[in-house]
Amino acid sequence: MKRFKDIISGIYIGFIGLILYAPILVLIVLSFNASRSRVTWGGFTFDWYIRLFSNQQILEALFTTLILAFASSAVSVLVGVPGALGIHAMNKKKYGIFMTLTNIPMLNADIVTGIALMLWFVHFIPLGFGSVLLAHITFNIPYVILSVMPRIQQMNLSVYEATRDLGAGPVYAFFKVLLPEMMPGIISGFFMAFTMSMDDFVITYFTKGAGVNTLSTMIYGEIRKGIKPEMYALSTIIFVAVSIILLCVNTLSEKHKNHIVEEKNL
Amino acid sequence: MSDVILQMEHIDKSFDGKKILKDFNLEIGRNEFVTLLGPSGCGKSTILRIIGGFVNPDSGRVLFEGKDITHLPPEKRNVNTVFQKYSLFPHMNVAENIAFGLKLKKKSSAYIRDKIEYALKLVNLEGYESRDTTSLSGGQQQRVAIARAIVNEPQVLLLDEPLGALDLKLRHEMQRELIKIKKEVGITFLYVTHDQEEALMMSDRIIVMNKGIIQQAGNSKDIYDEPQNAFVADFIGESNIIDGIMVRDCLVSIQGVSFQCVDTGFGINKPVDVVIRPEDLEIVEKGKGYLDGQVISVIFKGAYYEIKVKVNDYEWMIQSVNPAPVGDIVGLTILPDNIQIMHKPVSDDEEVSRDE
Repeated sequence: MKRFKDIISGIYIGFIGLILYAPILVLIVLSFNASRSRVTWGGFTFDWYIRLFSNQQILEALFTTLILAFASSAVSVLVGVPGALGIHAMNKKKYGIFMTLTNIPMLNADIVTGIALMLWFVHFIPLGFGSVLLAHITFNIPYVILSVMPRIQQMNLSVYEATRDLGAGPVYAFFKVLLPEMMPGIISGFFMAFTMSMDDFVITYFTKGAGVNTLSTMIYGEIRKGIKPEMYALSTIIFVAVSIILLCVNTLSEKHKNHIVEEKNL
Repeated sequence: MSDVILQMEHIDKSFDGKKILKDFNLEIGRNEFVTLLGPSGCGKSTILRIIGGFVNPDSGRVLFEGKDITHLPPEKRNVNTVFQKYSLFPHMNVAENIAFGLKLKKKSSAYIRDKIEYALKLVNLEGYESRDTTSLSGGQQQRVAIARAIVNEPQVLLLDEPLGALDLKLRHEMQRELIKIKKEVGITFLYVTHDQEEALMMSDRIIVMNKGIIQQAGNSKDIYDEPQNAFVADFIGESNIIDGIMVRDCLVSIQGVSFQCVDTGFGINKPVDVVIRPEDLEIVEKGKGYLDGQVISVIFKGAYYEIKVKVNDYEWMIQSVNPAPVGDIVGLTILPDNIQIMHKPVSDDEEVSRDE
C-alpha cells in the first residue's frame, strides 16, 4: 500500500515538474539546434551562441542590463537597509503603515507603476538610462526592506547596546555588530533586487525612452521582426544565470538557518 | 549617605504617550548595593537604561559624581551594564569577549591578559579563556558577561535582571556569588529584579516601585517588617491584607473583633489596612484565639503547611509547621507587634496592582 502511495506521489510530482520545466527544456534544446526549424533536430551546434556574442547590439543590451541590475540593487541596499532600520524603530501603528506602503509597489501591477513613473519622469528628466535606473531603484527598495526586516527583528539589540556600553561609538558598533547580523538579509535582498531588475520588462519599456535597450526590451523588439535562434541562446543564458544566483542565495540562507538552529540547540 | 555617586533628579519618561516614570528621584551612595524591585512595567528597567545612557529622559537630570551626564552617550559613561540576555559577542571566545572593552580603550596586551585572568578567577571560570561562548551554559554565560563588565572598572555596575533566565538552584548560587563579587571589587551595584527574595537577600537598600513611583525605600528588614502600604506588603512576601478600623491607639478592630496592637497615631475610629504575615498567625483550639473559623484547605509546601481558614467572608492564610484537619473549627491568635497597620491608599498610584 505504501509503495503504491509512493508511486502515485512520484508520478504526480514528475507531472508537475514536467509542466513547469518542459517549456524551458525545449528552449534550451532548441538553442543548440543546428536547424532553424522549431520542430526538427538538425544536429548539435554552438552557432547561435557564437552569433549571439558577435552581435554588438545584443552585447550592448546585456551590458546595460547588468549595469542597471547592479547599480539599482546597490542603491536599493543603501536606501533600503537604513529604511528598514528606521521602520523597525517605529511604534506598532507606524510600523504597520510603513510596511503596507512598502508592500504596495510589489503588489501593484507593473503596467500601472510603469506608466505612472513615465508620466512623472517626463516632467523632470529626459527618458533614458537615468530614468530606467530610478525606476528600477523604486521597485527594488521594497525587496531589500522585506528581506532585511526579518533579520532585524531576530537581532539581539542588546548586543549592540553591550558594544556601546563597553566603550564603542555608534559607528563602530554599527559596523561591528549590526551590519554583520544583517548581512545574510542584505545579500539575499541584493540578489533578489538584482534578478527583479534583470527580469523587468514592463516598467523598463515605459521609462526607457529611445536609444536605451535592456535584454528584455531588445528581445521584445527583435521578436516583432521574427524570432531568431540567437534569442533561444540568450534566454538559456539568462535562465542559467538566474538559476545559479538563486541557488547561491538559497544555500547561503540555508546554511545560515542551520547555524541559528545549532545556536538554539546549545 | 554622605558619599553620593549617582543622583537622578525629577526624571520623567513616557513611551508612546504612556507615562513610565513620574518625577523620579533617586540617590545612590558609593559602594552601595541598591535593588530596584517591582512588577514588570513598573519602570525599573527604564531607570537602569537612563543611567546606562540607552534612553533619554523627557525631563530631569542624571548626575554622576555631581556632573550632569543626562545626555552623555553610553560609551562615555563610567558605568557598565550586565544585560538580562547576556548579550555576549557570539563570534568571539570568552577571553575576546572580556577583552573587548579594554581593547577599545587601547590597554596594553599584558594589562589585558592580567585583567582577563583576574576577572575569570573572580567569576569562578578559570581556564575558560579560549572557550566558545555559545558552548557555555546560561549561568556561565552570565558570569562571562559580569567579568566583561567588571574588567572596565566601572564605578557603578548596572544589573538588569541578570539571573532572570536561570533556574532556581543556579539563581541561588549566583546570588551568593554576586554578593561575594560585590565585596571583592567594592563598587556600586544597582540591581533590577522582580524577585523579592533575591532583593531581600542581596541588597543594602531596596527601592520598591510600582507604576513609576517609589513605594518604599529601606533595608530588607524594614521593607519586610514595616511595609508602608498595601502594595509593598503584598509584593514583598505573602500577606493577609484586610480592612480594619483603628478604634484608638494600640487597638484595632478586625472583622468586628478587637485586637491589641502597637501602632499609634492613626486617630480614632479610622478605617485602615491591616497586614498580617501568614507565618505570624497561630492556630489554637476553638474559642482560645481572637477569631474562630473553619479550615478549608491545607497544602504541604515542604518546610511548612499553608493552611486557609475562613472567618466570615475572609480567608486567612497561615503558614504553620503543623497541619490542621480540613473542616475543623479552629481559633486564630497573633502577637500584638505582628499586626501592621497602614493608612488606606489615598490615590490610585498606591493601589495594589499586580497585573503581571
